[in-house]
Amino acid sequence: MQFAKKDILDMESLSVDEIALILDTAQQMKEISKRPVKKVPTLRGKTIVLFFYEPSTRTRTSFDIAAKRLSADSISISGSASSLIKGETLVDTARNLEAMNPDVIVMRHFRAGASHMLAKIVRTSIINAGDGMHAHPTQSLLDLMTVRENKGKISGLRVAIIGDISHSRVARSNIIGFIKMGADVVLAGPPTMIPKGIEILGASVTYSVNDAVCNADVVMMLRIQKERQNSFLFPTEREYAMVYGLTMQKMKHAKKDVLIMHPGPINRGVEIAPEVADGPYSIIIDQVTNGVAVRMALLYLTAGGARNVDAD
Amino acid sequence: MLTLIKGGRVIDPGNLDSIMDILIEDGKIVEVGGQRSEVGSQSSKLKAQSSKLKVIDASGKIVTPGLIDMHVHFREPGHEYKETIKTGCMAAAFGGFTAVCTMPNTNPVNDNSQVTEYILKKAGLADLVRVYPVAAISPGLQGKGLCEYGDLKDAGAIAVSDDGNPVTDSQLMRRALEYAKGFDLLVISHCEDLDLAGCGAMNEGAVATRMGLAGIPNASESIAVMRDIALCELTGARLHIAHVSTTESVRAIRNAKKRGALVTAETAPHYFTLTEDAVEGYNTNAKMNPPLRSMQDREAVLEGLSDGTIDVIATDHAPHSSIEKDVEFDLAANGIIGLETSVSLSLKLVEKGVITIADLIAKMSTNPARILGLDFGIKKGKPADITIIDPDITYKVDAAGFQSLSRNTPFDGWDMKGRAVLTMVGGKVVFGR
Repeated sequence: MQFAKKDILDMESLSVDEIALILDTAQQMKEISKRPVKKVPTLRGKTIVLFFYEPSTRTRTSFDIAAKRLSADSISISGSASSLIKGETLVDTARNLEAMNPDVIVMRHFRAGASHMLAKIVRTSIINAGDGMHAHPTQSLLDLMTVRENKGKISGLRVAIIGDISHSRVARSNIIGFIKMGADVVLAGPPTMIPKGIEILGASVTYSVNDAVCNADVVMMLRIQKERQNSFLFPTEREYAMVYGLTMQKMKHAKKDVLIMHPGPINRGVEIAPEVADGPYSIIIDQVTNGVAVRMALLYLTAGGARNVDAD
Repeated sequence: MLTLIKGGRVIDPGNLDSIMDILIEDGKIVEVGGQRSEVGSQSSKLKAQSSKLKVIDASGKIVTPGLIDMHVHFREPGHEYKETIKTGCMAAAFGGFTAVCTMPNTNPVNDNSQVTEYILKKAGLADLVRVYPVAAISPGLQGKGLCEYGDLKDAGAIAVSDDGNPVTDSQLMRRALEYAKGFDLLVISHCEDLDLAGCGAMNEGAVATRMGLAGIPNASESIAVMRDIALCELTGARLHIAHVSTTESVRAIRNAKKRGALVTAETAPHYFTLTEDAVEGYNTNAKMNPPLRSMQDREAVLEGLSDGTIDVIATDHAPHSSIEKDVEFDLAANGIIGLETSVSLSLKLVEKGVITIADLIAKMSTNPARILGLDFGIKKGKPADITIIDPDITYKVDAAGFQSLSRNTPFDGWDMKGRAVLTMVGGKVVFGR
């Protein structure tokens, strides 16, 4: 199958076949990272711009390493260093970047729809590395890959996503991604953090973490942003940890082969207890490893690398 | 100079609806009558002056009292690159409006008589449609005190409103209603609970959730509507509620009217035409405040128009340039232009049987005139402010050809049926096609 998409903007616009192709490609890419010499010439001569309006360590590093392992030239631009602070509009910045002929622009922005806007304007491929509360497709793809690796399948699994669903682009992309690949998704959190109309995406909702954890094959915890306390979403971190945090106590209700995931960075002792994060069911660190593989696959597929990565 | 508007269907709601001729002299209507009556070729005056007579053939068309848009934003003074008073008046004339009420959120704010006088001076220079400035409720739209309503009214202000910056202090809103009552000045309220609306960018619901945009709940409007109705009943002052968009607001206004409260209300064509789905693709030309709501809310607005709960169709004409609109959705300014599409969109209501053509003219002309205390109508002795509508003409909206300086409309490229073909203000044709 040929990958025909110019951009990777969200999980909605990817077909089941395209997702499967990305995951299969990522699985091949993963092997490269295990070699003593972790570099193939596949994207030699290609230019990747990492355009991060919003600060990010993990995602940017992951993309940067992915680009370098494929021999592409990667350039990082951050929000504070860009022309943004000089008053240039996003559209103008994008047109200027495009004029320098990069092959892919990886963009993170704190406003929903920013990468969609860019994709409409420029010919360059856009990979959305997170736009506001809207979408984080590369995270969803690496989560799908990690679950598939561990469970051998995605279809038929029950996935619980727990925490601040309202403000989470990871939740939105994973609800769409997992349901598309045949899983059942249940959401849990305080009612203040469950957005209106979320059921339309096909997920069910409970306010009880125990109910969500019970019978789940995968439990995905979401980060609580401490500054959200100011918008009256929850009273204190103490109460949040007690009622909605994933503790060993709540893990008693879980299946014996449950997988614990978290997109990071984690707040130890808030949404997830240290014993759970570091426990035997946790695949949080695998997620990060697979992040590089998925991003290599996406850069390869969008930047139009050689037909066969193993040909070097 | 004599003008005869001949053979049109003259509709002045509750007053006239038949094929008639209208004779106009020196800017005033001098005779109105059936074609076989004195106004026709029988009139001695016409015979005597037939060489100076200008005849406008209105056969097959609808002749109405001049349309009034009681909610527009012309950006002068302050943001003349978006719209000047002159270009706004051109857009109004083009859209069939003979009068507009301009909201006070200019820079400087229209919160004192000098700004009101400036606006009227510019409108006089444009010499197209009548401009009635709405002054601010509070200095600088800051919600901290009362403007000088007496002085403002003397200068020509027709109403007061802190449009866009609703008065949060209920005590100030009470006093504004009471104080305005002393000058029989209408208070227009943009109803919004700012805390509840938060940083929302579109209607709260499934579409916003899927798109990752913060939502604005219906209650942020209806809470404020209910408060202002309570204050209206407390003070016995007249209250006009701007741009109604939700089911709950329509219901609250309907109930208040049943109780006899002196409340009137308007909605805009986009609220009865579009829903939140128009935002799809992060379309900033579908971003406004209040936001486009759900299908159910649109139905409620239609019902409110149909049963008379909503008295007025006003556009909330809000010009913005690409600088404000070609940006991230969250950052984009609220509002769309409406003067040049309002008649066509409203005529769709007549076609669908939601309201009659007489209702439509009432909501776009005689109701706003009554609410504002203006004396117009197709009647002997009244100023000749007249709009002629061709209900059958079909066309495609071309925003590039608009008179407005701005292009921010979600209706570009829409197929329309019916539009204004002639706009006459004080006997002078300010627009004709």
